[in-house]
Amino acid sequence: MTLNTAPTPTAVRPVPQAAQPKRRKGKSPYPYWFYLPAAVIYTALFLVPTIVSFFFSLTRWNLSEFTFIGLDNFVQFFQEPALIKGLTNTFIYGLVTSVLKVVLGMLLAVLLTSQIIARGYLRSVMFFPVLLSSIGVGIVFTALMDPRNGMINEGLAAIGIQGPAWLTDPAWALISVALVDVWKGVGLATVIYIAGIVSILQEYFEAAKMDGASSFKSFFNITLPLARPATATVIILSLIGGLRSFDLIWAMTKGGPGFTSDVIASVIYKQYQAGFYGLSTAGNVVLFLIVTAIILPLSMFLNRKEVEQ
Amino acid sequence: MAATSKQRWAALAGGVTVLALALTGCSGGSNNSAGDGKTITWLVDNAENTVAAAEKVAEEFTAANPGIKVEVETRPQGGDGDNIVKTRLSTGDMADVFNYNTGSLLQQINPEQNLQPITSESYLSNVTDSFKPVVTSGGEVYGVPFSTGMAGAVLYNKKVYEKLGLSVPKTWDEFMANSRKIKEAGIAPIIQSYQTTWTSQLFVLGDFANVVTADPNFPADYTANKAKFATNAAAVKGFEHLEEAGKAGLFNEDFASTTYQQAQDMLVNGQGAQYPILSFALNNIKVTYPDKLNDLGLFPLPGDDASKNKLTVWMPGGTYIPKSTKNLEEAKKLQAFIASKAGCDAQTAAVGAAGPYLVKDCELPSDVPDAVKDMLPYFEDEAKNSPALEFLSPVKGPALEQITVEVGSGIRSAKDGAALYDEDVKKQAKQLNLPGWN
Repeated sequence: MTLNTAPTPTAVRPVPQAAQPKRRKGKSPYPYWFYLPAAVIYTALFLVPTIVSFFFSLTRWNLSEFTFIGLDNFVQFFQEPALIKGLTNTFIYGLVTSVLKVVLGMLLAVLLTSQIIARGYLRSVMFFPVLLSSIGVGIVFTALMDPRNGMINEGLAAIGIQGPAWLTDPAWALISVALVDVWKGVGLATVIYIAGIVSILQEYFEAAKMDGASSFKSFFNITLPLARPATATVIILSLIGGLRSFDLIWAMTKGGPGFTSDVIASVIYKQYQAGFYGLSTAGNVVLFLIVTAIILPLSMFLNRKEVEQ
Repeated sequence: MAATSKQRWAALAGGVTVLALALTGCSGGSNNSAGDGKTITWLVDNAENTVAAAEKVAEEFTAANPGIKVEVETRPQGGDGDNIVKTRLSTGDMADVFNYNTGSLLQQINPEQNLQPITSESYLSNVTDSFKPVVTSGGEVYGVPFSTGMAGAVLYNKKVYEKLGLSVPKTWDEFMANSRKIKEAGIAPIIQSYQTTWTSQLFVLGDFANVVTADPNFPADYTANKAKFATNAAAVKGFEHLEEAGKAGLFNEDFASTTYQQAQDMLVNGQGAQYPILSFALNNIKVTYPDKLNDLGLFPLPGDDASKNKLTVWMPGGTYIPKSTKNLEEAKKLQAFIASKAGCDAQTAAVGAAGPYLVKDCELPSDVPDAVKDMLPYFEDEAKNSPALEFLSPVKGPALEQITVEVGSGIRSAKDGAALYDEDVKKQAKQLNLPGWN
């Protein structure tokens, strides 16, 4: 290393040369003990449970004892009748929510970065649903979406539309919950997009204007490509959120009617509630692997594009 | 330099592991010292009726046993409450006395390991013999009955029946004929409340007395993995009846979004005529509609044969003592009090009685609701009732309520639903390590 740097002017300066190799060896200016608090918390709350759960997924356990049963839990989990439904629903839910969040978040962000009145106020209004508790939102929307006495269907009836039985019609239940999820989560996507759009240099827009580009053209040729890092973040965040979504679904339908809006997380939760601890641990391991298998390549793909750009 | 660095890393890694393990492993049993041993704790679920009854019992108990105070603690109902009980038992942190389910659910908290056996206690002779099997595990008895027995049956509005000139059905066909007439009169014949999913199970669970009449060996065969709901002609009827009633359009129009509470409102106000439900709904109706309580009557879910009309009954929950208690003598005194006439009277005084007590010499007040009176003849004659399946077999699947919602709503056929439930119970049987399932 030092040989390579020898001909350069820096090499003749003795002080940095002496300091450099030391740092290369990994000498940090702080004592190792500074790592301790973070390491302990990370180990206790993340590493140990993760490793332990891999082990317990191979056992049938209750709170006092366990029996090692090999891969039986995984066999049982994949035979679970609700699983196929749950898997499909999980993907539908993750896809619907992230697509809608990307599209709506982008449009709202464009609106909220333009020169409109009460912009600051509108921005905060947009963000408020994000701050609400999912359970509270779920309960409120369950009341609003009641097929007969709910405000939504009464409103639709007033303009002559017969609304569907949102949460109790098997064909609508999952979509209804996904729509509420979008309402609740689009604020975060919007904020990320606002940050992305604001960081685009104004010169590009000015130059485009000079060349006579329409607003549509500057949106598709400047805003959209240059907000790509924001898009990547929004997609990854909402896809992870969608794949492991649970709270809203549980508050609104409990996976019902029947199993029609079950997702993997609610299937696992019901198994845990029923006392099948080994089985639900195996389910969580499977969920962990699925999310990793989807998010890891996706994130690598999106980030590579970012670098090329 | 490098060596020191390695040592430091080793020390650091060691420190992290030790601390992390200390953080991860929850401290076993934080024992709050029992003081002079004169206050004992009693954990019950937070249903209004349970708390009121428990507090009255605690008060009367202290009056009868001066010097022992009872502190009533509450926990949530349903699955969350079960988890609290399981967690507190396994960490040795349970109250001195606690209430929990009887029958198949009792097996889940591992009685042999966690509970104090009371087989040889003298107060057990006050408990009726029909109750003892549901609190027995491995030959030892663990609990005494708290609250009253109840039935899984049809509550019906007597005024609607009178107005339409109907009589109580003894067979399924009569039940369906009645229901069609009620529908013609513009009243919802059968109330279903699928927003509160557990209520959807009654067509299946409440039909069990008919199953056992047709096939007395069903519970034993079922536990041994030999009989199945889908393939047993008697057992599948509950699913088929549910499907048939749903397909015939005999449910209230908004059954999918109706809650348990709304269903009771409909029944009491005559917008609906019949509601298959557990009879403890009467406790609730007594609070919300005291003046209309006696408009309701009760009949068993009918089977095929009018001469074998039987009621499916549910045993009350039990009161148990955990092995971890430090106040065993006092806890046993409380158990003895609950299993005595004074204990029943205290409960009746607090919340009334929604069914017969399973303690000898306990009397029901003269003003019991009419629906409870309808139930008593079935309880008194052992040939006219059968405990529900969950008291005869530890095999009970968690997904029945979702399956019955699907069958009732027409999402899934009766046959498929029964087969799916047979799959569902396998998990429970395996978790309990029952012979014949692995």
